[in-house]
Amino acid sequence: MAKITLDNLAHSYLPNPKSEDDFALKELNHDWDDGAAYALLGASGCGKSTLLNIISGLLHPSQGRILFDGQDVTHAPTAERNIAQVFQFPVVYDTMTVHDNLAFPLRNRGRDEAYVAARVQEIAKMIGMEDMLKKKARGLTADAKQKISLGRGMVREDVNAILFDEPLTVIDPHMKWELRTQLKQLHRQFGHTMIYVTHDQTEALTFADKVVVMYDGRVVQMGTPEELFETPAHTFVGYFIGSPGMNLLDARVEGNRAHLQGATVELGAAYGPVSGRTQIGIRPEYTVLTSGEGLPVRIRRVEDVGRHRLVRAEAAGQALNIVVPEGLPISADMSHVSFVADRINVYADDWRVQGQPAGKAA
Amino acid sequence: MEKTVNNKAWFLVLPVLVIVAFSAVIPLMTVVNYSVNDTFGNNEFFWAGLEWFEEMVTSSRLHDALGRQILFTAIILSIQVPLGIFIALNMPKTGFWASVCLVLMALPLLIPFNVVGTIWQIFGRVDIGLLGHTLAALGIDYNYTNDPLDAWLTVIVMDVWHWTSLVALLAYAGLQSIPQAYYQAAEIDQASRWAVFRYIELPKMKGVLLIAILLRFMDSFMIYTEPFVVTGGGPGNSTTFLSIDLVKMAIGQFDLGPAAAFSIMYFLVILLVSWVFYTVMTNLDREEAK
Repeated sequence: MAKITLDNLAHSYLPNPKSEDDFALKELNHDWDDGAAYALLGASGCGKSTLLNIISGLLHPSQGRILFDGQDVTHAPTAERNIAQVFQFPVVYDTMTVHDNLAFPLRNRGRDEAYVAARVQEIAKMIGMEDMLKKKARGLTADAKQKISLGRGMVREDVNAILFDEPLTVIDPHMKWELRTQLKQLHRQFGHTMIYVTHDQTEALTFADKVVVMYDGRVVQMGTPEELFETPAHTFVGYFIGSPGMNLLDARVEGNRAHLQGATVELGAAYGPVSGRTQIGIRPEYTVLTSGEGLPVRIRRVEDVGRHRLVRAEAAGQALNIVVPEGLPISADMSHVSFVADRINVYADDWRVQGQPAGKAA
Repeated sequence: MEKTVNNKAWFLVLPVLVIVAFSAVIPLMTVVNYSVNDTFGNNEFFWAGLEWFEEMVTSSRLHDALGRQILFTAIILSIQVPLGIFIALNMPKTGFWASVCLVLMALPLLIPFNVVGTIWQIFGRVDIGLLGHTLAALGIDYNYTNDPLDAWLTVIVMDVWHWTSLVALLAYAGLQSIPQAYYQAAEIDQASRWAVFRYIELPKMKGVLLIAILLRFMDSFMIYTEPFVVTGGGPGNSTTFLSIDLVKMAIGQFDLGPAAAFSIMYFLVILLVSWVFYTVMTNLDREEAK
């Protein structure tokens, strides 16, 4: 196991990248701590698979270095890095039995059969497939195949990190939970460094200690699920995490007030002069429908999603989502909306601006 | 749901039955008719029973031709299948050169059989052929018209040139269907080049390869036009394969009875081998899914 350091790393699929736009992965400095579970979250095409393939050595970066425990492996082939990778579509060797599949990486490394047999038993127990060892891998279900590819990665004792590239895409929904729980358990038990690529926020938030959100080839935020929810560093994070995502309203910010088309919103902090396109971000969970206090609002539609109701509305000429908890009535005179002041984030050109806590500065 | 019974539907099948009858069943029955009768022309037939079959089964001429045929097919398969796979493995997977390779590979398949024969017949001639003349100039004693070995070599090389593309293209199609993740996983598992071939590429190509082998078996076992044009079955009888012998017997000597018995047995052998092949193929498939 190892700490993985990305140093000035960037990658372009073009031979001669000219501008920053040509890079699929923009310059990046990052440490992956030994033994932690990370999720790489982002929409399709944001560079997460590129980053994963660079770490595993399937792809060589256009610039920068990768270090494993301080040792430069940028130009080391995949085999030397001792990385395990589980792919989106289950990769098993069809003609082999489950046992031979699990033994394959060890046999390729020339380990003796007694060791291989013992190790395969151990791994089969870990992934719960002891009674399937004699079966041909070909006829198995997708989730069993995915377990085999995971097992094939863990069978090597010197594995530095396990990378997952959207491993649950082809798994039935009811098996997803089970596999994810099992994965978490394995992580707790054996402490491998795990990097899990996904575009599913639930998967990312439930699996990882730390979530790395990528957008347009860039890491926009890294943090705990709570940090991502409460203080998104970038409007993309606000919009991508949460269901529905954060409300973003164009506004003019002065001190601890935001002005929206004549209306004024109190902020939880004071801000200096903010330049660029200024927006305030507020989670639908922290907006409250009122019958007089706050911004005037026009309700377009109310959706009952079971746990709560979702109000699609319009305030200050911009779309706004409001979450109304179960049991709270929505009445006809509710024509205004107020925001929980200290849950409001301010963004300038999509990046979060840190404000001074209220009361300290003007 | 109630099923509608309407026997008029049979009329819809009728056209195809008529076409198959005229194109296959009736001609085949004519052959059956010839095989159990003796005739001296004028559509007069004398019942001969299984006489012709007995004669053919014990005929050493047929045994020799069958031996040559089996040898030829075995050589053809053992060259074309590995060579086709090898070519497919080394063809570029994408880009401009992939298209160029595909067109080049498909080219021999598009040339009519007798033209292929003529090309090689001239190509191999010692007096004017590029190949024959060059070999002669190098001091190699090569002449397919009077040396049986040279004749065999010419016919085999010609067939390899003509048909390896088919195996290669089928294998290539099989290879193209392998997702990139398999190669990446193999790289991570430190699989050797041989292991990648043995455990990833070969299993994925198996289906198309069996089809390729079946097609190449049938075609090479029935080969007629190309060796007929190049060597005419000679020198002597050295390249007289089954179908060449059959035509000699039927059209050359007008032994229609024996020739008919011969062709029926020939047909049954090919049918039998293809059926065995198919059964083994599907069984292997089922076995593996277990």
